[in-house]
Amino acid sequence: MSAVIIARHARTPAERFKDAAWVAFVALLLGIPMVGLTTVDEGGALTVQTRFGMLGAFVGASFAGRFIFRWIMDQIRNRRAAKPPVAKIDRTPQAIKVIGWAVLGASITLPIVFSENRYVIDTATTVLIYVMLGWGLNVVVGLAGLLDLGYVAFYAVGAYTYALLFSHFGWTFWEALLVAGAMAAAFGILLGYPILRLRGDYLAIVTLGFGEIIRVILVNWTELSNGPNGIGSIPRPTLFGLPFERNPAEGTQSFATFFGLEFSGMHRIIFLYYLILVLALLTNVFVARLRKLPVGRAWEALREDEIACKAMGMNVTNVKLSAFAIGAMLGGFAGVFFAARQGFISPESFTFTESATILAIVVLGGMGSQLGVVLAALVLVLLPELGRNFSEYRMLLFGTAMVLIMVWKPGGLLASREPTIRLRQAATEGGEA
Amino acid sequence: MAYALQQLINGLTLGAVYGLIAIGYTMVYGIIGMINFAHGDIFMVSAFIAVTAFTLLAAFDITSLPLALTAVLITAIFFTSAYGWAVERMAYRPLRGSTRLAPLISAIGMSIFLQNMVQLTQGARVKPIPPVLEGGIEIWQSGGFTVQISWTQIMIVVVTVVLMVAFTYLITQTAFGRQQRACEQDSTMTALLGINVDRTISATFMLGAALAAVAGVMVTVYYGVVDFFIGFVAGIKAFTAAVLGGIGSLPGAMLGGLIIGLIEAFWAAYLSPEYKDVATFAILILVLMFRPSGLLGRPEVEKV
Repeated sequence: MSAVIIARHARTPAERFKDAAWVAFVALLLGIPMVGLTTVDEGGALTVQTRFGMLGAFVGASFAGRFIFRWIMDQIRNRRAAKPPVAKIDRTPQAIKVIGWAVLGASITLPIVFSENRYVIDTATTVLIYVMLGWGLNVVVGLAGLLDLGYVAFYAVGAYTYALLFSHFGWTFWEALLVAGAMAAAFGILLGYPILRLRGDYLAIVTLGFGEIIRVILVNWTELSNGPNGIGSIPRPTLFGLPFERNPAEGTQSFATFFGLEFSGMHRIIFLYYLILVLALLTNVFVARLRKLPVGRAWEALREDEIACKAMGMNVTNVKLSAFAIGAMLGGFAGVFFAARQGFISPESFTFTESATILAIVVLGGMGSQLGVVLAALVLVLLPELGRNFSEYRMLLFGTAMVLIMVWKPGGLLASREPTIRLRQAATEGGEA
Repeated sequence: MAYALQQLINGLTLGAVYGLIAIGYTMVYGIIGMINFAHGDIFMVSAFIAVTAFTLLAAFDITSLPLALTAVLITAIFFTSAYGWAVERMAYRPLRGSTRLAPLISAIGMSIFLQNMVQLTQGARVKPIPPVLEGGIEIWQSGGFTVQISWTQIMIVVVTVVLMVAFTYLITQTAFGRQQRACEQDSTMTALLGINVDRTISATFMLGAALAAVAGVMVTVYYGVVDFFIGFVAGIKAFTAAVLGGIGSLPGAMLGGLIIGLIEAFWAAYLSPEYKDVATFAILILVLMFRPSGLLGRPEVEKV
């Protein structure tokens, strides 16, 4: 079978030309209604405009792109086929460990290196929010194997809990953090309970629906959430009660005055960065520890085989609900941070695209891989950010990247995963002797 | 009573459209077991093609209604099927045989791509077309309220019924239908029997896209406006319909579509239009609590 495939790919230029011509023909078909023709509004009525030049360019680009792509792929394949296969020692686990520490070091030193560059730190903060969300969702999807398309609901619950606790009772960030986490966990159980019996894709649509329900309620229940206008002037977090303000209230101290520093807006940005870094790392450690506890083992067992779990006398209900609750709680924490960082939240921030992005981060990273989540979050946040100068292409780039990465590496960027349990070699040998 | 009857008519029309889109979801799910998230956007692409085609026809002064409608339908089906084929070929076929989640992410990426592609090439504004089919029949009058069924609604229901009949014939009686069902049951065995599985899957995608194309044209005629975001909402509703009816079941998809359409129409008319989506999903959750495989779905038998 593989020989046939290799033979098929060793192409002559004529074959390559034919292949590219076919692609160009498909591009022409797809391009005619979308690129070649468009309707423009002229005084209330639509008229058709032709853009044959653009269509020609599109088809030509498809042809050339396919031709060159095939040529490069064939070159690579030929070179690979010419070389005898070398037995490689798999150093992936060690390499991942090294990369992991390097990434950690880089993220700790980042604000020191870029201490004046607000844009870099802001973007890095966004990446970290997604990393934290990815690690949280990983509990549900990667460990327990429950497909959740509405994770953003918990993120929203966390954010709105903080916003409401502040605007009604004047709670601060730190007071609201735990309550919001508990609230999100409660919503996780609320969602988890009715759908315990559902499997796979039925689960997916129900979670998606749950996310939409939360969003629609936030939009329409104006008395509670102020509707589409959102809730504003949410206070920033403080460092042990020290606010990051230029002019602290009478009789109190701000961060700058307490440490005798000159006030700088960057202090707050850097503080927020370190705050989410700590929150994300806590999430990571928390999840890594959970994996070693019976409940974590139970999640992974559930992912592999639900029936076997039941046969072993596991309480599947509790296992599923705990996964939903803990995943939701982590999402809730991230939501509180999001609300505090933005200072303003509205239902617009909690659409399905967010859920899809978070899920994409988990899957693109390689399910269950903690470092993979970081890499995927970097790619998915930074790539659209690179296209910032031509912002209308941002989401186009984002969608394309999702498809291409998946096709290129179906198992995710870091597909290898540490086995949860390893048999100890020494012990078995000792037993035999 | 008259008001309720009117809502029944509106709901059935809407349900027919959802049903047509839902069949695309259900067929693709049946054959390769994945949620084709880009299907709603295929429907949206078709609506845009319909707008362009109607405008083009008007520019050439082709006003004969049956001729114009047929021409638009054929154009939309042709190009939309090409989109269906291309999406499958580019985003899903390379992922066949990998994990269950990989094609799902690829599909979500494709959906985002299509939405933004259309927004870029066709503009982000709402596109209105002049009414294609005006008027209707007044069927009942009571208490100052006239129950009206418009020609467009009649057309949508008739086209849907005709398509359903043709489709059922295609799936149950023809050689292609047998191949398609065989691939659903066991694609390896089907391949061993000399059937080109890849081609069957491609054809399934094109058929699904063709039905979405018809739905797209119908919606364009019915509402008279399209924008690049309609695919998402319609896609989610249709997918909900497919799951409600039992994913993988064709009559289930149609039934689910009708139920969703009716719920929406009645909820919006009697309770609150803002919360009609909440009602739809709440009923989905309720149904799935008691019938985890949907209304007409076969319960999944799991072997250990």
